[in-house]
Amino acid sequence: MYLRHTPKEIKERSALTINPAKTCQPIGAMYAALGFNGTLPHSHGSQGCCSYHRSTLSRHFKEPIMAATSSFTEGSAVFGGQSNLLQAIDTIFSVYEPEIIAVHSTCLSETIGDDLNQIIQKAKDDGKIPAGKYVVHANTPSYVGSHITGFANMISGFVKSFSEHTGEKKDQLNVISGWVEPSDMREIKRIAAMMGVKIVLFPDTSDVMDAPQLGHFTMYPKGGTTIEEMKSTGDSRFTLGLGSWATTDAAIKLEKKCKVNFDILDLPIGIRATDAFVNALSVYGAVSVPQEIIDERGRLMDMLTDMYKYLHGKRVALWGDPDQLIPLTQFLVDLDMKPVYIVSGTPGPEFDTRMKEILGEKVPEAKFRNGAQADMFLMHQWIKNEPVDLLIGNTYGKFIERDENTPFLRFGFPILDRVGHSYFPYVGYNGAIRMVEKMLNLFLDKYDRECTEDKAELVM
Amino acid sequence: MKTDKFKDGLPDPSALRDEMLEKYPTKVAKKRAKSMVINDPAEQQEVQANVRTIPGIITQRGCTYAGCKGVILGPTRNVVNITHGPIGCGFYSWLTRRNQTHTDSDMEENYIQYCFSTDMQDSNIVFGGENKLKDAIREAYDLFKPEYIAVFATCPVGLIGDDVMRVAQDMTQELGIEVIGFACEGYKGVSQSAGHHIANNNIFSQFVGTLEPKREGKYRINMLGEYNIGGDAFEIERILDKLDITLVSTFSGNSTVEQFRSAHTADLSCVMCHRSINYIADMLEIKYGIPWIKVNFIGAESTAKSLRKIAQYFDDPELTAKVEEVIAEEMPEVEAARAKAFAKTEGKLAMLFVGGSRAHHYQDLFRELGMKTVSAGYEFAHRDDYEGRDVIPTIKIDADSRNIPELDIEKDEELYRERLDAERKAKLESEGFFREYDGMMVEMDKNALVIDDISHWESEKLIEFYKPDVFCAGIKEKYIVQKMGIPMKQLHSYDYGGPYAGFKGAINFYQDIEVMVSANVWKMISAPWEKEPELVGRVGTEVEYA
Repeated sequence: MYLRHTPKEIKERSALTINPAKTCQPIGAMYAALGFNGTLPHSHGSQGCCSYHRSTLSRHFKEPIMAATSSFTEGSAVFGGQSNLLQAIDTIFSVYEPEIIAVHSTCLSETIGDDLNQIIQKAKDDGKIPAGKYVVHANTPSYVGSHITGFANMISGFVKSFSEHTGEKKDQLNVISGWVEPSDMREIKRIAAMMGVKIVLFPDTSDVMDAPQLGHFTMYPKGGTTIEEMKSTGDSRFTLGLGSWATTDAAIKLEKKCKVNFDILDLPIGIRATDAFVNALSVYGAVSVPQEIIDERGRLMDMLTDMYKYLHGKRVALWGDPDQLIPLTQFLVDLDMKPVYIVSGTPGPEFDTRMKEILGEKVPEAKFRNGAQADMFLMHQWIKNEPVDLLIGNTYGKFIERDENTPFLRFGFPILDRVGHSYFPYVGYNGAIRMVEKMLNLFLDKYDRECTEDKAELVM
Repeated sequence: MKTDKFKDGLPDPSALRDEMLEKYPTKVAKKRAKSMVINDPAEQQEVQANVRTIPGIITQRGCTYAGCKGVILGPTRNVVNITHGPIGCGFYSWLTRRNQTHTDSDMEENYIQYCFSTDMQDSNIVFGGENKLKDAIREAYDLFKPEYIAVFATCPVGLIGDDVMRVAQDMTQELGIEVIGFACEGYKGVSQSAGHHIANNNIFSQFVGTLEPKREGKYRINMLGEYNIGGDAFEIERILDKLDITLVSTFSGNSTVEQFRSAHTADLSCVMCHRSINYIADMLEIKYGIPWIKVNFIGAESTAKSLRKIAQYFDDPELTAKVEEVIAEEMPEVEAARAKAFAKTEGKLAMLFVGGSRAHHYQDLFRELGMKTVSAGYEFAHRDDYEGRDVIPTIKIDADSRNIPELDIEKDEELYRERLDAERKAKLESEGFFREYDGMMVEMDKNALVIDDISHWESEKLIEFYKPDVFCAGIKEKYIVQKMGIPMKQLHSYDYGGPYAGFKGAINFYQDIEVMVSANVWKMISAPWEKEPELVGRVGTEVEYA
């Protein structure tokens, strides 16, 4: 047994988190920053933060993760990190020549109270920021929220720095992406293009975190939302935020700054959330839904009407980020599955409200929890009390999979031990097809592998 | 395919070095220049190492916490390791260093799969987190009843005045188990190396010498600085078992705290990773009289050499004969694998930028494959790892090094034991048998470029210049290097292969490198029409790949 010390008996904890279902803000800021063209993320703190984030993102995306650090020492921790950041800005623009440095803070620089605004202003005054280059920043104290908070804060940082209101409306919509894969962002753009709606997607890690192997390394790959595009967001007709945790703050900031109204939708995972996204594109883009999209949806529904019996009533445990878990839970409920255990370390009261709405009548036995001590250890204890048929979440589920002999679908962040997530989306109707295919294969493979010989069948 | 690049010796890389430095702001260039040395094994050259990284330069280094919790304590299975801090530090160090461990049954304690954290919130930062830490320790105790709990400080902890050492003492009192604190705030040193030091010092002072195991076996050794990445320790244990050598403790691969507590009863310490632990070897000698030798189990020849050295120490004809027997038994398979790989690897070029010892040790394996190391450096080593232990007295102690408390070690009157008679010891001493390590540079070719704490910019230029066949480093470099079309071998995680230590490990390494230098996919990166534009529109044409 890998997790041999996890007892069935549940004791309420108030201080100890075991096997967390979240990580800290700065990594989210780093990932978001990589979705902007020509940007080098910069971690203002100890070297370890930058090293850990780069390592985790590298393992997840199997891509170069370029980022720099202020390399705090004891002296900087005591006297402040201003000189470190000034030197970093100078070194980075001399050596690595990005268009933008996206600085995020850490628990260390936040605790000592470094004022990023003031330090960046000083860099400007000292002539350390070359003409036409930018330094944007986000405050991302690791002891508040989660990686999703940091992702959200960095997007807001870009809005604050770039979005401009010229008074001349552009015939385009802003789509703020929640934390999803480059494949998902690519799919969101494909759906909008099929709809005939021009969008500015930000951040956009496609063509950055899924860069092709062409035999040469490009420090700033061609993808990512460009400065021009970001500037233009202030003149867009409307903003759609995909995922409340990740995008609400940026949408509000954009509205305040440039008077672009917004709506927050769920990430388009599953039938309903994709319907809502397509519908919003249709309404705010003033286009009708094209046959292509109707057909895509139809193929998903065809698959489901053929195969629903294998999914019906299956009990599922989920862990990850609220923006992904909410539409995913809805999707599972729509398939008459039973998402019975759901945990997210990411805090926020909306989680409870939404889960109650989705699960209240359909799956009254469901246990869900987010925030403090809502961790994978608790979820595993729930499973030990009454097992599930399927696990959906990041790579850390593999030990529960093995201990409990339960099928496991890798989904979310981080996925450290398999590939595919950066190439094949889970959003949109096609993404839903992929998810259903994966679930079905897990159930059917398990049945085929474990059923007695007299029950083995060729045709399912 | 034999390339035989640089068969008449390595080219002088001065122009390359200048080009690397030219791009830096003046002050940065001045500082980096001291860390980039064109090797001349005949000369004693100084490399600047273990100094602060220049902010913004894109280093691969990590932090003190990573070295302490991740590297040293990570592989010890019967400790509940609680990270006191915001969630990230505990999360990122959760099973990401590839420490394997073996227990005989599910009944045995093993907490390696678990991540424990106090998940500090803003209120803990404002009002202090000690009470939460104490509660977390109590909750861990209630749940698991472990014998050992370790507590690790992260960056904000020291700043807000939380004292993990005091909390550990208090909780030891309260719970009656060993609770050990590590004040390993991330910013404390210039690299992970500071964390190794903090971890080892505390293990030494709190644990070593506190358990008297039954003295079994004629040849009792400690293995220091072996972390069981990819099962390396398992392979070393397999070989030692064959030789009836008793492994009293490993610091810290596949280890338990009881092993640390018994370490004083060994008769010889063998140091694998000089960087992370040579000072503990010294302390074990001063306090308990255990002499130490440098060994290297990376590479089949090096393994054989190390085993012979251990046998020489014990000076027992039975062991000496047994060592020769085991080497003779193991080598044919090794030799066959080597010969098979050699046909593809001979004359190829390697680069290694990793660790505090690995960049040196793995050169032995490449040598066995007929490959040349054109450039190498460490991420977190000190000057002695490059230049040899003779330079230790001349190393300047700077403010960052002073942060790591040096232990004042004295002879333990009760537990100290001379292991050798005076005459034999003196003889071996005069032969330079003990505590000898000449560092990496003396074994490298003339004109090899030695670079400490290499930056991204420097490695990019380096690859452009040498076009190596294999580049060895860590996960952060992995996909950068591969995008350049160069196969990359992770020497922290072995790309989830291994073990690479010992005889079986050497075989694994030969095979993996053979696969890397000969894999087809690297030759297919360019599409055929990129070279043959006239191909467009033709039907039925045979295409050729580079």
